[in-house]
Amino acid sequence: MAEANELTRMSASELAGRLSSGEVSSVEATQAHLDRISAVDGQVNAFLHVSTDALANAARIDERRAAGESLGELAGVPIAIKDVLCTIDMPTTAGSKILEGWVPPYDATPVAKLRAAGLIALGKTNMDEFAMGSSTEHSAYGPTKNPWDLGRIPGGSGGGSAAAVSAFEAPLALGSDTGGSIRQPASVTGSVGVKPTYGGVSRYGAIALASSLDQVGPVSRTVLDAAMLHDVIGGHDPRDSTSLNEQWPSFAAAARAGAAAESLKGLRVGVIKQLDSPGFQAGVSQRFHEALQLLTDFGAEIVEVDAPHFEYAVAAYYLILPAEASSNLAKFDSVRFGLRVTPEGGGTVEDVMAATREAGFGPEVKRRIILGTYALSAGYYDAYYGSAQKVRTLIQRDFAAAFEKADVLVSPSAPTTAFKFGEKLEDPMAMYLNDVTTIPANLAGVPGMGLPMGLAPEDGLPTGFQIMAPARGDARLYELGATLERLLEQQWGHTLPSQVPSLG
Amino acid sequence: MTDTNPGAITSEVVAHLASLARIALTNDEIEKLTGELGAIVDSVAKVSEVATEEVPATSHPIPLSNVYRADVPGVTLTTEQALAGAPEHDGSRFAVSAILGDEQ
Repeated sequence: MAEANELTRMSASELAGRLSSGEVSSVEATQAHLDRISAVDGQVNAFLHVSTDALANAARIDERRAAGESLGELAGVPIAIKDVLCTIDMPTTAGSKILEGWVPPYDATPVAKLRAAGLIALGKTNMDEFAMGSSTEHSAYGPTKNPWDLGRIPGGSGGGSAAAVSAFEAPLALGSDTGGSIRQPASVTGSVGVKPTYGGVSRYGAIALASSLDQVGPVSRTVLDAAMLHDVIGGHDPRDSTSLNEQWPSFAAAARAGAAAESLKGLRVGVIKQLDSPGFQAGVSQRFHEALQLLTDFGAEIVEVDAPHFEYAVAAYYLILPAEASSNLAKFDSVRFGLRVTPEGGGTVEDVMAATREAGFGPEVKRRIILGTYALSAGYYDAYYGSAQKVRTLIQRDFAAAFEKADVLVSPSAPTTAFKFGEKLEDPMAMYLNDVTTIPANLAGVPGMGLPMGLAPEDGLPTGFQIMAPARGDARLYELGATLERLLEQQWGHTLPSQVPSLG
Repeated sequence: MTDTNPGAITSEVVAHLASLARIALTNDEIEKLTGELGAIVDSVAKVSEVATEEVPATSHPIPLSNVYRADVPGVTLTTEQALAGAPEHDGSRFAVSAILGDEQ
């Protein structure tokens, strides 16, 4: 039998193999991860809630397997769930005090799909409040720490999910990505994260931030694991009217093909000029260019592509997102769920609503709601929100032109390695500019993956490589991602996540 | 932006926006947000540099139209489930304080 420590360090696909061969039980695998959470989460703070049903659910999977039932490939594998996704058996707060203790009356579709496939929910992971942030410093429940350096941010908004997998508290996690909330945390924690094509994964039961940008996706330590999880959660859902009604190929098959590729001959890899900036951290640019060289040596053709409107992406995003968020967050009205604060001496329902929202929302949420309310105001609508929507068209055209010249587009996943707590907290614009590499994909709806490309020489912290593909071309991410992952690991002689300092 | 600009973010503007958004901001918060929003709006206003007349707006990344579903009764939340997370209810309805104030 494998040692408990070994069980937490295995990839999900390795663990799935041991589970299906009967070498390891789901109860053993789940217990090993719960023990790891107990040992290290006091330092990391990746979890807002740990499931009390995980072992019982694992035992049921073991029984079904013993009875000879045919189960999904990932059945019995533990997983962490970002607290933005509704879970019928666990509190769902989206990192906000306004939803403290709220237990939803239904499961989000990606969660329901996990359960149907036999995965074991370990708990809910920390995040910036309502997914507004790039560092988890905006969580109402305290920040998550980066397992690579506990004095630094784990990225955001999905810092909890990224930290959980990189600290070996879970082999897999679910995230959501509105402007980079899966890919940027992956970058700074040395893990893998994918934002699928908009509409590829159902948003039903995902607490909405900006409905035209939000997308749920996988978080893991390997490309194959992300692909296997994507296969489980993806597909059409009639409960989400923006869900794409089409058949998707197996992303696990794409990852396996990529890992076995003998050459990249014929693949045109587009480097986006605007996202290969001299302003990026030197070690990030260095590792990015080394990765490009590796791809070239393996047969890929590198082409430079121009995306002149990407420089307007952050500006457009910080008009569209607050506008949509101010409308989506109107539902937190102290009536149907969540917090209610009655002002001294009582008041009308509107007074109660205003007092509740004042007490229940944190500073970043207030900032964005007020900004969104402004952007949508009569008189300014055309200048701000209307113009931002036009920029969205221009960015889509840039992508279309770039994909004429290249099969995939690449860039660093984030301009820097993990920054220190507090560094950008008092300067909202500096925090927003951190998302320059990831936002364009959300505005255009195209899929993007972040995977580790090595440690920056100057600080020894992880850097991330981003791959983007045309809408519906998610399989290309897994194919190239798995090839690059293999080439890098051959060069290093180990995986990147294995190098994280030990905790506990 | 100068004070003569009709789009300038003043504390009065922020207080008005907060009332529209139903958030009872404190005066300190209004002061802080006034400065922050001014800086953010100055920065995001650059979208108008390229958003010319002939560029159509995009509201949704993947265009979809006419999403229909079969018109059949489905399983919905029970009254009990729907009320389970409410701050206050009477067993069948959400309970709130007065909708109208004295002066209305």
